[in-house]
Amino acid sequence: MKLLVCISQAPDTTSRIAFTNGNTEFDSSGVQYIVNPYDEWYALVRAIELKEKHGGTVTTLTVGEAGCDPVIRKALAIGADDAIRVDVKPTDAMQVARLIADQARSGGYDIILCGKETIDHNGAVVPAMVAEMLDCGFVSNATHLDVAGSQATLKREAAGGEEVVGIECPFVLSAAKGMAEQRIPNMRGIMSARTKPLAVESAESTSATAISQFTLPPEKGACKMVDADRPEELIRLLREEAKAI
Amino acid sequence: MSDQNDAIRGGEFLIRPTEASDIFIPEEWTEEQLMMKQMTLDFVAQRIIPQLEQIENQQEGLVPSLMEEAGELGLVGSSVPEAYGGLGLDFKTTMLITEAIGGAHSFSVSFSAHTGIGTLPILYYGNEEQKQKWIPGLASGKLKGCYCLTEPSAGSDANSGKTKAHLTDDGKHYVINGQKMWITNGGFADVMIVFAKIDDDEDLTAFIVDGHAEGITKNPEEKKMGIKGSSTRQIFFNDVHVPAENLLYKREQGFKIAVNILNIGRIKLGGAVLGAAKDASTESIHFANEREQFGRPISKYGAIRYKLAEGAIRLYTLESALYRATQNIDDAIAALKSDGMEHGEATLKGIADFAPECAMMKVLGSEVLDFVVDEAVQIHGGMGYSAETRAELAYRDARINRIFEGTNEINRMLTVDMILKKAMKGEMDLMTPAMAVANELTGVPDFTSPSSDPFERQLSYVANMKKAILMVAGSAAQKLMMSLGKEQEILMNIADMAIWLYTIESTVLRVQKLAQQAGNTDELSIQMAIMQVYTYEASEWIHSAGKEALLSFAEGDELKMMVMGMKRFCKTEDFNTKAARQLIAQHLIEKNAYAL
Repeated sequence: MKLLVCISQAPDTTSRIAFTNGNTEFDSSGVQYIVNPYDEWYALVRAIELKEKHGGTVTTLTVGEAGCDPVIRKALAIGADDAIRVDVKPTDAMQVARLIADQARSGGYDIILCGKETIDHNGAVVPAMVAEMLDCGFVSNATHLDVAGSQATLKREAAGGEEVVGIECPFVLSAAKGMAEQRIPNMRGIMSARTKPLAVESAESTSATAISQFTLPPEKGACKMVDADRPEELIRLLREEAKAI
Repeated sequence: MSDQNDAIRGGEFLIRPTEASDIFIPEEWTEEQLMMKQMTLDFVAQRIIPQLEQIENQQEGLVPSLMEEAGELGLVGSSVPEAYGGLGLDFKTTMLITEAIGGAHSFSVSFSAHTGIGTLPILYYGNEEQKQKWIPGLASGKLKGCYCLTEPSAGSDANSGKTKAHLTDDGKHYVINGQKMWITNGGFADVMIVFAKIDDDEDLTAFIVDGHAEGITKNPEEKKMGIKGSSTRQIFFNDVHVPAENLLYKREQGFKIAVNILNIGRIKLGGAVLGAAKDASTESIHFANEREQFGRPISKYGAIRYKLAEGAIRLYTLESALYRATQNIDDAIAALKSDGMEHGEATLKGIADFAPECAMMKVLGSEVLDFVVDEAVQIHGGMGYSAETRAELAYRDARINRIFEGTNEINRMLTVDMILKKAMKGEMDLMTPAMAVANELTGVPDFTSPSSDPFERQLSYVANMKKAILMVAGSAAQKLMMSLGKEQEILMNIADMAIWLYTIESTVLRVQKLAQQAGNTDELSIQMAIMQVYTYEASEWIHSAGKEALLSFAEGDELKMMVMGMKRFCKTEDFNTKAARQLIAQHLIEKNAYAL
């Protein structure tokens, strides 16, 4: 089985968020990057588990510049066999999806696994776009994946319950919490990561969109405490001051 | 790093200048080493911290199973050569892993005891058969090790132990009888390194003992102030039969094993406490940013900011000194190996050469940790006294570090003793520079104006402080002769001076190297502030300790001259330490962590 896992880097959740260049660019100075958790904890780990069970290969694919190499090597340390980096700065979802699809088209992958979203921009559209461009099936927000031959069974959360979806390979999925458990790379994995192939591909790219401005959310307002035995006061404040009800 | 011929040797920091390019700084970790550190931190955060309560309550089997998990990740055998199932990493990288596991409270102690004193005696002193038999299991964490040296009446004076071994008439077994106490991992160890005297021997011999052998009984777990999650037992050996081939190394060479293994344990303790202190510092910063009083976070108040900054200063300077010494050890090991020495022997010899630094890092590290956890409780206020907070746990857990692996008092005396012994053996020349200082005292003081380069200026203070130490140590040795060894207060003074001096120098060299790499100091305002505050405050401490020593043994004009010399040699520039600490604190508060 040939598995492709799309890996993106994302700022560590404790990073201080700031912008530069007239609030049009994210200020990456001093920011620690991690593998996007949905890509790592669920998509990558499940791919490795399937490889361990059924055999095959796990390749990671990243759209990004050389600064992404540490997170790619982390994915290799966790257990991917090889990696491809498309040497282009990602600017919007359509551009990234196109670059992924161009790489994946000739790869003969059985399943393309993506995280359901990246924790910085939270667009959550790249996996669906990739499926559309490759003209293959797509399952979003999958919490479970099993494969038997060329047939896969997935689960996804639905309102008030769960859906079980069957699909024929090849297909694309976006992985959500529950598909696998985070795996800590072991020391041997870390030491072998530097010897695994990391192919850097150049590509042309254009973006249809451009960021005009980023703004931070307004600062958290002061907290007003209401005595637990005065629910009527809480109702009054919610109605008259917060105008929430 | 340095050419082998002029590579610095242990203790020589007192008499030789070091170049910034000759030291390793933590900013030079490779991506791979940082990934190893991060994965260790992830293991602690995901597997240890959520189970702290169960670990503290010594839930049956939990710590041994976590040790096995750590073994599966490759953490347990990181320093063991690949031939015995380990990873064969260098000393510095294993120190980084030790640091990363240092925030694991009790588990860190169990882990360190197993990987250090529980494993290394066999690795470094075992014959091939013994290594093949025991090391792969220990390196994978499947077997757990412990080290049985201390006895009820033999603590710091370890060689006075009463445990006996006697060879059976058929020569097949040693029969061990005796009592050991404070045995970390004693509750579950599969392999015990037991020190005993054969018949009427003067000195100890080491044995590898099966932890489940007949005749071994154990008292219940000790009720301790801290590190409650680590197993600590009294162990009784009643006619325990140990196969004769389990004698480790040579008869009556047990004390040598104990001493050399403790050298490693001491500097690695420095690494573990660094990790613990970084965690405690970050906890304090989080709390100070979240806790509001009088309408604003307490991190806005100068009294709290002082504490946060001072903690960071102690941490940064400890880290600078620790990894400088660690690299020196790695270099010494590499040089010995390139001369054809086998890995184990080279490791022991390289570390033994830097035994003074190992002892110094143990003392410095454990006292930095105590400072940081004490202030963590203080910053947390009432909450810091509540058993619900990590600050309270960290405070109790920290205290043992000044006691085990040789008390800090023993380690201070050893520091001076080992340096003086090196001088007496001709391994380093203390006499010539000490005489030069004595001559300089009676000469005309140097009135040249200080360099405009901040690092040159700091290094000139360092050079002068070295003179101060040589003056005190030299005159003490001259006046007190052989009785200096018994003058414990003076030895403590000298050891403290050496530790602070080494730490100042390491910090200055680290910041200087960063500036050299960057080509300027534009981005180094925090590091420069740390360097300047520490030089300022530690020079005062050196001055005070040196003067105290002088006043105890010198008199008359000579005393006056040396006291004046002390003042001259410990002089640094005056500057605004309040503003510098404010700058450091602001950085910590913004990053909401010890982020340096």
